[in-house]
Amino acid sequence: MSAPSSYRNWPILLVLSLVSLPLMIMCLYSVIDAFTDTGPGTLLPARVTLEHFRFLWEPVAEGRGSIWTATANTFIFAATSALVVTMVSLTAGYALSRLNFPARGFFLAGLIVLHAFPTITLIIAIFLILQMLGLYDTLIGVIVVKTALELPLGIWIMKGFYDTVPWEIEMAGVQDGASRAAVWWHLVLPQVQPGLMALILFSFLSGWSEYILPQVLAPGSEAQVLSTYLNSLILDDTKADFNLFKAVGLFYAAPVVVIYLFFQKHLMNIYGGGTKG
Amino acid sequence: MQLDLIDFTKRFGNTTVIENMSLSVHSGEMIALLGPSGCGKSTTLFAICGIHRIDEGRLLFGGTDVAHLPSQSRNVGVVFQNYALYPHMTVAENIAFPLKVQKMNRIDREKLVRKYAALVHIEALLERRPAQLSGGQQQRVALARALVRQPDFLLLDEPLANLDAKLRLEMRSEIRRLQQETGLTAILVTHDQVEAMSMCDRIALMNGGRIVQYDTPTAMYAAPEDQFVAGFLGNPPISFLSGKGLGLAAPGVTQYGIRPEAFGPQFGEGVSGRITFVETQGREDLFDVQLPTGEILRSIQPAGSGITPGTTVDWGLAHDQLLRFDQDGTRL
Repeated sequence: MSAPSSYRNWPILLVLSLVSLPLMIMCLYSVIDAFTDTGPGTLLPARVTLEHFRFLWEPVAEGRGSIWTATANTFIFAATSALVVTMVSLTAGYALSRLNFPARGFFLAGLIVLHAFPTITLIIAIFLILQMLGLYDTLIGVIVVKTALELPLGIWIMKGFYDTVPWEIEMAGVQDGASRAAVWWHLVLPQVQPGLMALILFSFLSGWSEYILPQVLAPGSEAQVLSTYLNSLILDDTKADFNLFKAVGLFYAAPVVVIYLFFQKHLMNIYGGGTKG
Repeated sequence: MQLDLIDFTKRFGNTTVIENMSLSVHSGEMIALLGPSGCGKSTTLFAICGIHRIDEGRLLFGGTDVAHLPSQSRNVGVVFQNYALYPHMTVAENIAFPLKVQKMNRIDREKLVRKYAALVHIEALLERRPAQLSGGQQQRVALARALVRQPDFLLLDEPLANLDAKLRLEMRSEIRRLQQETGLTAILVTHDQVEAMSMCDRIALMNGGRIVQYDTPTAMYAAPEDQFVAGFLGNPPISFLSGKGLGLAAPGVTQYGIRPEAFGPQFGEGVSGRITFVETQGREDLFDVQLPTGEILRSIQPAGSGITPGTTVDWGLAHDQLLRFDQDGTRL
């Protein structure tokens, strides 16, 4: 967009700025409070300090786990579930888009229902199942649950991408002598690559920001992730340290911001769908 | 290699699309599967290359039954209507793909790619991607990719449908040249009778899931088996009349077929009517002549006659070129 036309949009910009002002202020104060000694209820920042970031090199309190364990857990949690979701969606989406197998219609309908289903209502059942399996309060348990809940969306998105790949490409590949699997790997996958990229980022971010599942299914400190770590900061103490809370919050949000900055274009694909040669 | 399709039947669900169809293609011959859309010509093509399963019947490649072999083991090269090039690969990679699947080594692969790129005149485009090519160039790449694995048969599914008029003419002779140079047995699927007649040794004209007539273009044009064949071949099309307006009558004949070149002043007089429409085609003019009975006869004449709509003319018929049909539409 050229400069003059963006000026012409000023009434829209003004309205949007006003509406998002509260959010902007909150974000701004997260940053200000993390680096200064601004007390709760005051607006003017006081002394500039880095001491709220002490959690990076020492435990914030006695018996509290290190932030690095929580970060590693969060990363394992988000990366594993993103990887599994992507791999299963890549194959399941292809099957649903292209192969004629028994009960295909049932699976398609089930996918939409599950996608729209408020999965949180299943939490008690999931809790019981995990306990029976001995996976309660383990990272792997939460990963399994998160992956399962994330799959319907992932499969649906990948199916949409596969649907845009012309049949003729596959027919041509088969005629050229390649097996169905080779056709999928060499000819179809490159066409859905934007979807693959978007899905892996999307599910990673979704895992990174997940709070309810780890909170309910893995409340112990062993499997603590950043969101539950953050929660525990203001839960236990009678006198909550909000500056520390905001500093950890910034630390927690930083990777998300970085991912958005670098992969914006790929993430937008998930809404666009489809490929152009 | 000789191709024989024997008693081929294809069903989709409960609908039988093609029933007991038989077709033989001699080695080195190029034939057309011609017919209106929905006649089953593409279905037949896809059954031959293995994309559609053959429900009943046999398919012989050089005498060996391949009906139950998957596409991959049939060694058939196919050119699709929209070319189906692989968009993420360069032209060279596209052509090399069938060889790569065969695990041929790089040096032999490159040699063959070069050879076939030269054959279809696209040596200069090898590093480009399909999106950077024109329709005609994409078509050539598709041809090279189909030919590079030295297939037993070349199948072409409406290969010229997506090209503009000028390119279509060029590719028509180009495809025929390639087929003759390589000596391949080829099957062309098309709905365009001009394409079929100009490119192929024989035409199998299909309608409603069966072959109505299978003959050389000349024989089919001169001696169509029935009214459908007569009406499908020829441009401008043939006119069908009851014979009353022509002053003709013969036992059993209900319809006369008169091609536009069989009616005109060069054949004397005898049929008079009023010119209702003149279409100038440059070298020739096409006239619609309305007879007193209301029926329309078409005539094609060299341009420059100066005859305008509204004129009454008295022209003659070439009686030896008349086609006579009985009430079932069969030619007598």
